[in-house]
Amino acid sequence: MKKIKLQKVFFLVFLLVVSAIYIGPFLFSLSISFNTNKDVFQWPIQLIPDSVTLANYKSVWNDLPFARWLINSLLVTTIQTVSNVFFSALAGFAFARLEFPGKKLIFTLLISSLMIPGIILLVPKFIILNELHLVNTYPGLIIPGLVSITNIFLMKQFFESIPKDLEEAALIDGCSYFRIFWQIFLPISKPALAAVAIYTFQGSWNEFLWPVIVLYSDNMYTLPLGMASLKDELQTNWPLLMAGTILISLPTLAIFIIFQRYFVEGVASTGLKG
Amino acid sequence: MKFKSINQEQAVWAYTFLAFPLLLISVFIFLPIVFAFGVSFFDWNLLIPDKPFVGLGNYIEIFKDDVFIKAVKNTLFYTIGVVPTQTILAMFLAFLMNQKIPGKTFFRVAIYIPAITSSVVTSIIFVWIYSKPGLLNFLLSKLGIESNIDYLTNPSTVLPAIMMLNVWSTSGYFMVSFLAGLQNIPQSLYEAAKIDGANTWQQFWKITVPMLRPVTYFVMVMSLIGCFQVFDQVFVMSSGGPDNASTTMSYFAYQNSFKYFRFGFGAASAIVLAMIIFTTTAIQKKYFPPDSY
Repeated sequence: MKKIKLQKVFFLVFLLVVSAIYIGPFLFSLSISFNTNKDVFQWPIQLIPDSVTLANYKSVWNDLPFARWLINSLLVTTIQTVSNVFFSALAGFAFARLEFPGKKLIFTLLISSLMIPGIILLVPKFIILNELHLVNTYPGLIIPGLVSITNIFLMKQFFESIPKDLEEAALIDGCSYFRIFWQIFLPISKPALAAVAIYTFQGSWNEFLWPVIVLYSDNMYTLPLGMASLKDELQTNWPLLMAGTILISLPTLAIFIIFQRYFVEGVASTGLKG
Repeated sequence: MKFKSINQEQAVWAYTFLAFPLLLISVFIFLPIVFAFGVSFFDWNLLIPDKPFVGLGNYIEIFKDDVFIKAVKNTLFYTIGVVPTQTILAMFLAFLMNQKIPGKTFFRVAIYIPAITSSVVTSIIFVWIYSKPGLLNFLLSKLGIESNIDYLTNPSTVLPAIMMLNVWSTSGYFMVSFLAGLQNIPQSLYEAAKIDGANTWQQFWKITVPMLRPVTYFVMVMSLIGCFQVFDQVFVMSSGGPDNASTTMSYFAYQNSFKYFRFGFGAASAIVLAMIIFTTTAIQKKYFPPDSY
C-alpha cells in the first residue's frame, strides 16, 4: 500500500514540475508585462516584479497600431468561423445524407488533398491571388480560409451517427432537404458545431503563414503578424512586447479554458486538428 | 419543386449545398496543387516579365545549391530529434495523467496551453528566454552551470533551441491523443497483470505501449509532417540564421519564393519537400505500421 502511495506522490510532484515548465514562460511574460522596470534582464530574474504598473498595457493601445490589428484579426476570424461552421455543416450534410453522382470521387479527392503538404500550395495560391488582384486585400486574406476540408469531414462523420428515422418523418411530410438540414440536423449538432467553431477560431486567430505572404501593408496586419513585425523594433522594450503577446493570447486562452473539454473530445474522436 | 425522381432531387440539393465550398476548394487547393508542378518547370520570377520554360532546370539547380543542402541537413536533424522526443514525452505524460491522481483537469489544461497559443507569441517569449541574460541562462546559473551564450545567434545552438520550443508547444496536443488511446485499453488487462505481480514499469511496457500502437503511429506521422514544415518559429526567432544554421526546407522554399521572388525555383523546392514527406510517411507505413497486436 505504502509503495503505491509513494509512487502517486512521485507522479504528482513530477506533473507539478512539468506544469511549471509548460506555463512558466507565460507567467514570466505576464510578470514582465506588468513591470515598470524596462530592464528585464536584471539578475536575479524574479517572477513577481518589484514594482507593478499597467502603463505597458496602456502603451500597447496608444503607441502601437494594436487597435487596428485587433480589428483586422476580429474581422478575419469572425467571418472565417461563421463561414466554416455553416458551410462545413451544409457540405457534411450533403455527404452524409444525400446521394449524387461523383459523390465518392469528390470525397476521395477532398481527403487526399489533406495529405498534401501545405507548403507546395503557397506559390500557386499567391500567383492565383495575384491574377485576381487580391494580394494585400481583405478578401485575399479571408477567402481561402472560408471553408476547410477537415471541418467538412468532421461534420460528415458526426451527421452519419444520427439515426435516419429523424428525417424520415419530415421527408414524408414533404420537407425540403434544406429545411431538414436547418430545422432538424443543425439544432442537435451543437457539440460538433462548437468543436468546428473553436478549432476554426483558434486556427484563424493564430494564423501566421498565410497573412505573412499575402499582406505587406502594416495597417492590414492581423495581430500575430503585427507583433512579429515589431519584435525587432521593440526588443529594447520587452514589457511592451510582452504586454502585446498577453493581449493577443487572451481570447484563445479564454475560449480554451471555458470549452476545453471540446478540444479534448474533438481531438480524440476524429484524430484531426482543426 | 417537382423532380423526376428522388435521386434527381437529392443530386440537385447536394450540388447546391456543395457549390460554394467546392468552388473555393477547387480554386485554392486543387488548382494550386496542379499549378505547383507547372510553375516549377519555369524560370518564373515575379519581377521579371520573361518566364522561360526550363524543364528540370530548377530541380537541378536545387540539388547543387549549398543552402538547400544545408536546409535538408537541418530539417533531417530537426525531425530526427523532435519526433521521437515528442512522441515519447507525450506518451509518458498521458500515462501519468491516466493514473488516479488529483487535479487532472488542471494538469491537462496547463500542458495543453502552449498548443493553443499563437506560435508568434511563444516564439517571442522564448526569444527572451534564450537571450544571453535571459531566463534559461539564469536558471542554469542557479544550478551551478555557467552559461553565457545567446542561444539564437549561436550556430550550434539555434536549431536545438527551436526544437525544444517545438517539443514544448506541441507535446500537449499529442498527449491528448494518447490519453484518448489509453481510454480504449481495458482495465482488466492491467488488473490481471497486477495479480501476476507486474509493477507499474512493466505494465507500461508490456501492456500500454503495444496497445497504443495505432495512436503512436498517428502521432508520429502528424509529428513528422509538422516537423518537415516548421516555419513560424524560424521566421520569428532566427530568420534562418545565423548563416543558414536554422534554415529548414520550408523556410528555404519561403525565402526563395517570397523574399527573392523566384517562384519557379521556390515551387520546385516545395515539391521536393513534399516528395520527401510522402516518401517518409510511406516508409513509415511499411516498416512501422499502425496495426496493433
